[in-house]
Amino acid sequence: MKKMKLVMIGNGMAGCRTLEELLKLAPDLYDITVFGAEPHGNYNRILLSPVLAGEMTLPEIMLNDLDWYRDNAITLHAGKMVTKIDRIKRRVIAADGTEAEYDRLLIATGSTPFIPPIPGADLPGVLAYRDIGDTEAMIEASTKYKHAVVIGAGLLGLEAANGLMLRGMSVTVVHLADWIMERQLDKPAADMLQASLEAKGMNFLLSKQTEGLVRGESGRVGAVRFKDGMEIPADLVVVAAGIRPNFALAESAGIYCGTGRARGIAVSDTLQTVTDPRVYAVGECVAHRGIAYGLVAPLFEQGKVCANHLANFGIGRYEGSVTSTKLKVTGIDVFSAGDFSGGPDTEDIVLHDKQGGVYKRIVIRNNRIVGSVLYGDTADGSWYFQLMKDGQDIHEIRDHLMFGQNHLGDAGHKGENKAAAMADTAEVCGCNGVCKGTIVKAIKEKGLFTLDEVKKHTKAASSCGSCTGLVEQILASTVGGAYQAVSAHDKPVCGCTELSHGDVRKAIRDHKLLNIPDAMETLSWKTPNGCSTCRPALNYYLISTWPHEAKDDPQSRFINERAHANIQKDGTYSVVPQMLGGVTTPAELKRIAEVAEKYKVPTVKVTGGQRIDLLGIRKEDLPHVWKDLGMPSGHAYGKSIRTVKTCVGAEHCRFGTQRSMAMGIDLEKMLFGMWSPHKVKLAVSGCPRNCAEAGIKDVGVIGVDSGWELYVAGNGGIKTEVAQFLCKVQTREEVMEYSGAFLQLYREEGFYLERTVHYVERVGLEHVKKHVLENAESRKALFERLLYALQDAKDPWAERYAADAVPAVRREFEILEA
Amino acid sequence: MNTFEISAEAGWKDICAVEDIPVLGSRVVKAARGGDIAIFRNADNEVFALHDKCPHKQGPLSQGIVHGRQVTCPLHSWKIELDSGNAVAPDVGCTKPFAVKVEGGRVLLKV
Repeated sequence: MKKMKLVMIGNGMAGCRTLEELLKLAPDLYDITVFGAEPHGNYNRILLSPVLAGEMTLPEIMLNDLDWYRDNAITLHAGKMVTKIDRIKRRVIAADGTEAEYDRLLIATGSTPFIPPIPGADLPGVLAYRDIGDTEAMIEASTKYKHAVVIGAGLLGLEAANGLMLRGMSVTVVHLADWIMERQLDKPAADMLQASLEAKGMNFLLSKQTEGLVRGESGRVGAVRFKDGMEIPADLVVVAAGIRPNFALAESAGIYCGTGRARGIAVSDTLQTVTDPRVYAVGECVAHRGIAYGLVAPLFEQGKVCANHLANFGIGRYEGSVTSTKLKVTGIDVFSAGDFSGGPDTEDIVLHDKQGGVYKRIVIRNNRIVGSVLYGDTADGSWYFQLMKDGQDIHEIRDHLMFGQNHLGDAGHKGENKAAAMADTAEVCGCNGVCKGTIVKAIKEKGLFTLDEVKKHTKAASSCGSCTGLVEQILASTVGGAYQAVSAHDKPVCGCTELSHGDVRKAIRDHKLLNIPDAMETLSWKTPNGCSTCRPALNYYLISTWPHEAKDDPQSRFINERAHANIQKDGTYSVVPQMLGGVTTPAELKRIAEVAEKYKVPTVKVTGGQRIDLLGIRKEDLPHVWKDLGMPSGHAYGKSIRTVKTCVGAEHCRFGTQRSMAMGIDLEKMLFGMWSPHKVKLAVSGCPRNCAEAGIKDVGVIGVDSGWELYVAGNGGIKTEVAQFLCKVQTREEVMEYSGAFLQLYREEGFYLERTVHYVERVGLEHVKKHVLENAESRKALFERLLYALQDAKDPWAERYAADAVPAVRREFEILEA
Repeated sequence: MNTFEISAEAGWKDICAVEDIPVLGSRVVKAARGGDIAIFRNADNEVFALHDKCPHKQGPLSQGIVHGRQVTCPLHSWKIELDSGNAVAPDVGCTKPFAVKVEGGRVLLKV
């Protein structure tokens, strides 16, 4: 098949990101030609400020060097400016006469600096701040001249001023508005920022209108004159008065580019121009729903959607972005997001410590965050931003909000607000021994932008995941505004699909998908048979959504669930027989002892879940060990019910108020064979002394004199989480029904590998209460669905050692001879 | 006796039927020396053989999940190419591959 031709005009970050995404999805669909006005490959424009400040060098900020274009068979015309698009003949023409034909055209011409119409703006020594050329000119000027004036105290202006100051120039920042960064900051934060920049040596002239730039004796700019008659010396003037979408080329080709304030190439939610569906546009040149974005995160989102449509996948819509801002001036932390202008219907939570240099303001409307401004301590910026984007109701956490996510007791070390202050040698990932310096180095050298990329390259956060938040913070503080945390529930399951866990779950339900090949085909999986991340997730979603109907695929289960034992570091396995409620008998203990001796089990250990673990068993011995034990599997290896821990309770204990052992045994029997998104642990205590530690279990039951208290979503693992009170019930039957209904809700709605604590954090305890407490019908239906799913659950061990075991099942444990 | 058989068949040893290896699964072959060999079967019925040790921490690759032409190690999720034994970037390392072929539905391993 003849390949289609794709031409891209503009060789910047948004365009190249789109190509990268496209190549991932459909590497062979197009012959690609790229025109770029600058004579380089694609570089990280966001990092020009660190280059100006002397903290990074140009080679360090290259994202796609010339080899990348060659390796991907992309024809690059660097340094050639396209001057004409001929939509009739479908070709583009560059200034030097180079032509290229297209089947699809992608316009990514970016933006141009806005130069206000002031006299003298064309003098030598007057620059905008946009590209490598400008940066180099500024660096050169700083070696020869003394006085620099920056017009415009926005993000870019301040970064330019900071860079020039670090290069030894005396810098004055001139601004029209009453305070700096007025679009991103409110006055108190701006004042604090100004004070700390002044302390570094920067000068400010606010509420100043520039009248003209005055020619000096050399013919170069010499001074800046203001409307009020004041004049200051200037050998270098940097105009940073904002950017405008660069759509002149598109407009000259008859493509609609908006009117009035909403100027920019008008595109639909699929990033196609509204004028010509063959022509796509992404990046700063675009006005989507009337909004032109100037920050990189939304542009990457556009690129992703655009690539998807270019690849003929046809899913995904770009529906606009909520943006946040971070200033990249070393040593100063500023963050802002959303609407913080206030108003009669909003309220503020403010923390203002002038002396300590911390200002935090959260703007709330109808119990939802609509904006935030942070100065000095910005560690929680991404959290507030996420709460804002999700439109999450914050009234329950309102009194903790200001103190950050850490204070909330969020799972994992997410809120360890210290990424920026950490030493390079400090260990971030305790599982894989990765220190901060290694992560920062990988991010910079390899041009990483996402958490997944950092995980792959450094292994940080790739095991237990408890340092994920910290790694995200390091990523955010290293790449600045380019990083946008993707909330876990929007993230694609893995590289094999664009769909999130929620999407996959829904599709499996809606289309009644019953096996993995059908699911992958219906959902347009990109790989022939998935990977070790998505297959176990798919398998769980199938069997939990369609119990007794969907086909369980052992090859899509992690080895522990396939072998029904826990793999150890040396490749041997551990065996934990069921011991209901932690209660055993002399006969069972004798059998365990005999098995341990017969198979020379190296280690016999009592587990935290009140059972006995036989460690160091060879795989081929497993069925024999199970048979000799004659006890059912304890499921100590699965994303499944594990154990119900109990205290002695009213049966013996002088303090006991309820019969906790009996209750624990009943619960464990009921839940036998229950697969779940992640492991599930329960505990039952017979009195409020709570010796079974029910407060840190997925479901904790505490007996009191008048009945039972139920707690949910506790966790004793990576970060201890206290379970939340769900309700109090009277009878044994109610304990079974309420806890069963909660677990079924989690089984139906939880994402694979999401513990109950994270699930409840995501959906909110209110949601759980609505389904399990307030609506009796819904509770009973959930409970019935759980019992239906667990009906006829078989002991997997007995199935495997049985004399009539299916050969395929038996083979798992048999070794071949060579 | 074994050595005689092997030489008789020019170094190829009959291991099992293709059907004895589950699709997207593997079997372990005990070798006379040099440690276990893992033989894999993918969805396209291709059969591969690797030394049953991950280059990372010697995890048994035979116990991993097979996908495409790769297997993911069960211990720390390194991905290993089934044909070459090379770790998939950004990980670096290599596991020894063995010659293996299918003839008349039988799996033959070069030993």
